Amino acid sequence: MTFTISAGVAARALEVSLRVDDGETVAVLGPNGSGKSTLLAVIAGLLRPSSGRAELDGRVLFDYGRTVADDGRPHGGGAAGRSAGAAGPSAPFQRTAAQWVPPYDRKIALLAQEPLLFPHLSVLENVAFGPRSAGAGRADARQTARHWLVEVEALELASRRPGELSGGQAQRIALARALAAEPDLLLLDEPMAALDIAVAPLLRKLLKRVLAGRRSIIVTHDVVDALVLADRVVVLEGGKIVEEGPTRRVLERPQSRFAAGLAGLNQVTGTVTGHGIITASGMSITGPPDGAAVLGEAGVAVFRPSDVSVFRDPVHGSPRNAFEVSISDLEPHGDQIRIRAGGLAADVTLSAAAELDLTAGSVVYFVVKSAAVRVFPAKVFPVKAH
Amino acid sequence: MTGLLCTVLLCLGLAACGSAAAGNRPDSPAAGTADTETLSGTLTVFAAASLKATFTDLANTFEKDHPGTKIQLSFAGSSDLVTQITEGAPADVFASADTTNMARLSDASLLEGASLDFASNALTIAVPPSNPASIASFADLARPGVKVVICSPQVPCGAAAAKIEQATGTTLKPVSEESAVTDVLGKVSSGEADAGLVYVTDVKGAGGKVTPIGFPESGTAVNTYPIATVAGSIHWQLAKAFIDMVTGAAGQKVLADAGFGKP
Amino acid sequence: MTARVNWAQFIPLVTSEPSLAALGLSLRTSAASTVLCALLGVPLALVLARSRFPGQRLLRSLVLLPLVLPPVVGGIALLYTFGRRGLIGSSLSVLGIQIAFSTTAVVLAQTFVALPFLVVSLEGSLRTAGHRYEAAAATLGAKPGIVLRRITLPLVLPGLVSGAVLSFARSLGEFGATLTFAGSLEGVTRTLPLEIYLQRETDPDTAVALSLVLVFIAVAVVGISFRRTAPRLPAAMMKP
Repeated sequence: MTFTISAGVAARALEVSLRVDDGETVAVLGPNGSGKSTLLAVIAGLLRPSSGRAELDGRVLFDYGRTVADDGRPHGGGAAGRSAGAAGPSAPFQRTAAQWVPPYDRKIALLAQEPLLFPHLSVLENVAFGPRSAGAGRADARQTARHWLVEVEALELASRRPGELSGGQAQRIALARALAAEPDLLLLDEPMAALDIAVAPLLRKLLKRVLAGRRSIIVTHDVVDALVLADRVVVLEGGKIVEEGPTRRVLERPQSRFAAGLAGLNQVTGTVTGHGIITASGMSITGPPDGAAVLGEAGVAVFRPSDVSVFRDPVHGSPRNAFEVSISDLEPHGDQIRIRAGGLAADVTLSAAAELDLTAGSVVYFVVKSAAVRVFPAKVFPVKAH
Repeated sequence: MTGLLCTVLLCLGLAACGSAAAGNRPDSPAAGTADTETLSGTLTVFAAASLKATFTDLANTFEKDHPGTKIQLSFAGSSDLVTQITEGAPADVFASADTTNMARLSDASLLEGASLDFASNALTIAVPPSNPASIASFADLARPGVKVVICSPQVPCGAAAAKIEQATGTTLKPVSEESAVTDVLGKVSSGEADAGLVYVTDVKGAGGKVTPIGFPESGTAVNTYPIATVAGSIHWQLAKAFIDMVTGAAGQKVLADAGFGKP
Repeated sequence: MTARVNWAQFIPLVTSEPSLAALGLSLRTSAASTVLCALLGVPLALVLARSRFPGQRLLRSLVLLPLVLPPVVGGIALLYTFGRRGLIGSSLSVLGIQIAFSTTAVVLAQTFVALPFLVVSLEGSLRTAGHRYEAAAATLGAKPGIVLRRITLPLVLPGLVSGAVLSFARSLGEFGATLTFAGSLEGVTRTLPLEIYLQRETDPDTAVALSLVLVFIAVAVVGISFRRTAPRLPAAMMKP
């Protein structure tokens, strides 16, 4: 019992393969414009992909036949998906709609950034909308709606109109409405993004409870959501999956710069050497490689900004790494100052920053002890062929 | 005296004093110098819609005969025109399709002198060229199933139709009572109606799109067309000349050609 | 205009038999054409606002055409379509259906000129409402029919109502197309504007009085529609 999708949207340069097992919550992370929302729209059936296939518990959601140019033999219908593996990643696709299940027949609910509660219906009728559409009687649908309103702790709002709700309340009702439709897959598109900072934690707590054991995909740019809600994360950049794995592992050993940024780590990629890695530009970083790192293969070194010391003059002594960098940006970070320079970050105290007389453009030395650097092998995530 | 009059007219920008008279009219009522006058200026003529073809023709001839003059024509239903004149529209001459509307102006003291009858128009049956209902007489119009369109009794052509109904003892059951004769003609020429009661001139003007079917009873209701100068016209000389032309031989020939009868 | 009304005779003038017949006919035909406008206009507006297809611009131009055409031209177009010798009319007359000179013709003429008002108003509402609610409803398992009935139409109801009211008002005032296409017969095709036009020939008092009645109706209709579609305060703000 799984959900699998392998889809391309040519117009938005999206090319993604993804699998979500029963009861699993997957977080899709990525910078703006990386294709996260497009992916959800394709899964929900609101956007037609240009190629690919998706299946939910054995039900085909869409299957676009493809023609393999090499042998000129068209694959149509259900056969296309199975024979696709042989087609290879470079096979040109031709759009022929072999199978397409409209959104209302997919049993996939979508909770968007905005609650989009139907303004002309009461809260109760909003939540009862899914069951009613599925053919339930008015009384049964209302009973189901009350059940889900209890689940999101909002039964007392049942008779209100959407216009009378706060943002957080509305999003809770929208969640209840999505759940009441009893979807086989729940999609959440940055459900906390439009909420007040004060309200978000409450909804997150609620989501943690209702998503437990429920198959769902949550798009977010907040690492906390990924940590709290997801079993697994997928990092999307430029329409491609650049990294995926269990949440904890991705945050501890980020392969992509984006994931490293989310985890609040400095990240440098290069080739594994005997005592660390060497970057493509020839810069050497010492640090204890972990057991999995293989000499001569691609590796990643990470270290915390707080482990970086900043000096005005070159520093000698070992085992230390020192980088001569030019400051690009200074910003407050908690009770410290975050210095961005040369693609790295360092956190220093206010007094240290004042003492060093740091300004953008100053040349400084970032120094980090070898013991504070972790080196692990880089995984290659090729764009999967269909 | 003449000089003073000329000055006044010149000031009004209306006429010029001159010597040679293009239309030599010794019976002119003007102040003794009419025979030596050149007519000029713009004359505004309000005429019944049914006079459109003939009056356009006559105006062209008039302008050619009297270089320097211009006839501005305005065509509409007679009662519309009366209303406009009553409200102060700048008409110099009014030609009505019936005596009733002319009487309305006369009663309101809006006429300069008396009106002159210059033409008449009789009703005829108009049918589509194929004559689908095989109409041959006025009585045929009352046959059940025949779609007849006439004018509403409130307008002159409808009043005339009612007069004929009375005279012949026939009661028509029209499918529509239009407020203008052109609407009756349109319904017949488009084939919507089997027959309509229109004026002889309308049939002539419609070319071959409708066929007239004359009937002897039409003589019981003949419209008389009067023409008159509107009170207060500052172009009374020009107006007189135009009315003379319409009532004269040239005008009468054009009107007769269009199907109008003698007044 | 009120100064020209013969107030002493106002009630007898507007309650005379021809006046009442014309008023009644106008109200009935306008109501019928408003219903017809809704039946034709809702699908048209949906198609224009919610889909893209070749020839869509052409379809929109055709729907809007009566707005810019003189009504008389509309009447002539109708005549050559539904008339006895018209494209559709000739087939209908074979079946024994005669449209010309009937009340049906009046309703057709009114629908023809009033349809754009409903379509334009509704299409605007549909575009403003957007399709996000519809998409949300679809992901909740609602089939297109349910989405239309329970989401789309309720959301655009104000636009539909104001469109229908405008159509009604336009139907009420329709003159040229009716005169050209339907004719003028008391109780059958002579609507209020035609009656006014006719009365003007002989009885200006009645014409002015009836005109005033039409003005009253128009003001009332537009007033009601404005009240119905005016933005309402959120209920929360009205609570004590």
